[in-house]
Amino acid sequence: MARKKSDARDGTVDAALHRELLRTMLLQRRFEERCAEAYALGKIGGFCHLYIGQEGTGAGAISVLRDDDYVIATYRDHAQALARGIPPRAVMAELFGRSDGCSRGKGGSMHLFSRDRHFLGGHGIVGGNIPLATGVAFAIKYRGGDQVCLCFFGEAAVNIGSFHESLNMAGLWKLPVIYVIENNRYGMGTALERASAINDIAERARAYAMPRAVVDGQDVLAVRQVVGEAVQRARTEQIPTLIESRTYRFMGHSMSDAVSGTYRTKAELEEHVKRDPIGLLRAQMQAAGQINNEDVARLDAEVKAVCEDAWQFADQSPEPPAEALYEDVVVDTMSDAEVALT
Amino acid sequence: MAVLTYREALSQALREEMQRDDRVFVMGEEVGVYQGAYKVSKGLLQEFGEMRVVDTPITELGFAGIGVGAAMVGLRPVIEFMTWNFALLAMDQVVNSAAKMLYMSGGQFPIPMVFRGPSGAALQLAAQHSQAWESWLMHIPGLKVVTPGTPADAKGLLKSAIRDDNPVVVLEGEMLYNTKGDVPEGEHVVPIGAAELKREGDHCSLITNGKMVLVAMQVADQLAKDGVLIDVVDLRTVRPLDIAAITTSVRKTNRAVVLEEGWEQCGIGAQVVDVIQRECFDDLDAPVLRVHQADTPMPYAKNLERAAKPDAAKLIAAIQRVMYIN
Repeated sequence: MARKKSDARDGTVDAALHRELLRTMLLQRRFEERCAEAYALGKIGGFCHLYIGQEGTGAGAISVLRDDDYVIATYRDHAQALARGIPPRAVMAELFGRSDGCSRGKGGSMHLFSRDRHFLGGHGIVGGNIPLATGVAFAIKYRGGDQVCLCFFGEAAVNIGSFHESLNMAGLWKLPVIYVIENNRYGMGTALERASAINDIAERARAYAMPRAVVDGQDVLAVRQVVGEAVQRARTEQIPTLIESRTYRFMGHSMSDAVSGTYRTKAELEEHVKRDPIGLLRAQMQAAGQINNEDVARLDAEVKAVCEDAWQFADQSPEPPAEALYEDVVVDTMSDAEVALT
Repeated sequence: MAVLTYREALSQALREEMQRDDRVFVMGEEVGVYQGAYKVSKGLLQEFGEMRVVDTPITELGFAGIGVGAAMVGLRPVIEFMTWNFALLAMDQVVNSAAKMLYMSGGQFPIPMVFRGPSGAALQLAAQHSQAWESWLMHIPGLKVVTPGTPADAKGLLKSAIRDDNPVVVLEGEMLYNTKGDVPEGEHVVPIGAAELKREGDHCSLITNGKMVLVAMQVADQLAKDGVLIDVVDLRTVRPLDIAAITTSVRKTNRAVVLEEGWEQCGIGAQVVDVIQRECFDDLDAPVLRVHQADTPMPYAKNLERAAKPDAAKLIAAIQRVMYIN
């Protein structure tokens, strides 16, 4: 398959849209830089997987959704949560383990949820969210709706059974789900070529009678276009799609992992950092006369202020009360209590 | 009141709940066109159509997760495992998704669904098809686990399980499907978490569940002829446990035997005995004994399989020991 190129220079550019995408990616980047800082200070604990370098995929893909569509992510979920519109305060408070967090402090970095925003989690087991997304799409079809479910996972997940089981049923039953592989080249420290029998992993869609696409994940506009086509297909024809977004993570697998070292060289990393999705969009916008250096500085200052506000809010949010330990293990209602999403 | 088989009772519960709530659907291997591997879903495809009676490929992890995903957005799936032995492949979704979603989302995503199917040994199915998983599943916060032993409880507990807003595990038994009993018609709902005193007696408490209820009743009948009166406590639900039912019985009889189908280590009996020693320490006149499967994989040969399974003779021996008879 040919890689899709972005339509940024074809004369149909939308300055406001580009500015919004730039803002989303800048927010994701600055927010996670603060996460790294908070982790070093011990304000964030446990595992913490940063998305820095991959923003083009999450920002571009989520930008095409309607509010009533669904998003489901992995443990590398901060940036998707922000792109989906969960308030930065609620995300940071969750990372700090506080009661105002989007999961009331009981999920943490890997388990961000928002019922309001149709954000169905952060999931911590590789491949675990893929059947869930397929089930959400089944429910959409069951109800006769025209929503879609967007499911993110890394390239390493294409080797686990749940990926194959899910894509088979989505292809068999024609479910409105878009599987987005965020191919950042490494499953922890294991390179794609050392883990998969084929390197063009989007080809796996062939086995499940499903359309596929490969996109440059560093080009947010290209991601937007490719995901937009898949969403349209899912919405109107209930056809699932497998998309491989080729990207790169600029940080380690998690905060406990060196940025480069045993499995990749510093030179390789530096080569990829040159294709920063934020820098690429900014250059495109500058070339098109949509933004100047002062605009960028202003936008950056604005998102930094949002992140500082989120930090302060999280820092002041109370820890969950002791009784929260035993809350929400089970719910005390039966089916007469309406729990369905509309 | 009608006399139904356990299989018919389950089938009736499914049909009634599907008629009551169009969010309820059945999914699993062979549930539709084949009419159910054990015919529990017989006739449902014809009545409700293929969107609500969904035949899946052989893909336990996948369809268990599809059920959880559908439940996240408000449907009420009933996922059938052809046997719980095959559900081992789906345990990531049962444990990591279904049981924990409500908690790790801070209460935002209840998972109103059922995982059901036969558990435990039938006859000569050998090691991989003869396993009772109650103790594995009752270990997990976030799940409810029911083990109906009679047709009436099968109907009432399955209806409750479908209406419950939590993930509920229903463990049935191949050897139970053809057993018969009185089953109330229409609205018959057995509350989850409530044991039932199936037989009253003052001499010894026999605490059991699921398929073993049949063995317990048979033994209670037999011992009654010798004047030994057994209190048979059918737990019915093993998570949450009905602590009061256990302690009330033991305080009355001062002796107890715990009978279960599965293995000894960390079994249901281990938990029940812990409850008894904490709550009824001063009431006991004898150590509590347990009857369970031998600590081996299930053998194929008839004689060895018989030796491995808990049965009436082993149960009677245990009761006689706690009563210091013989």
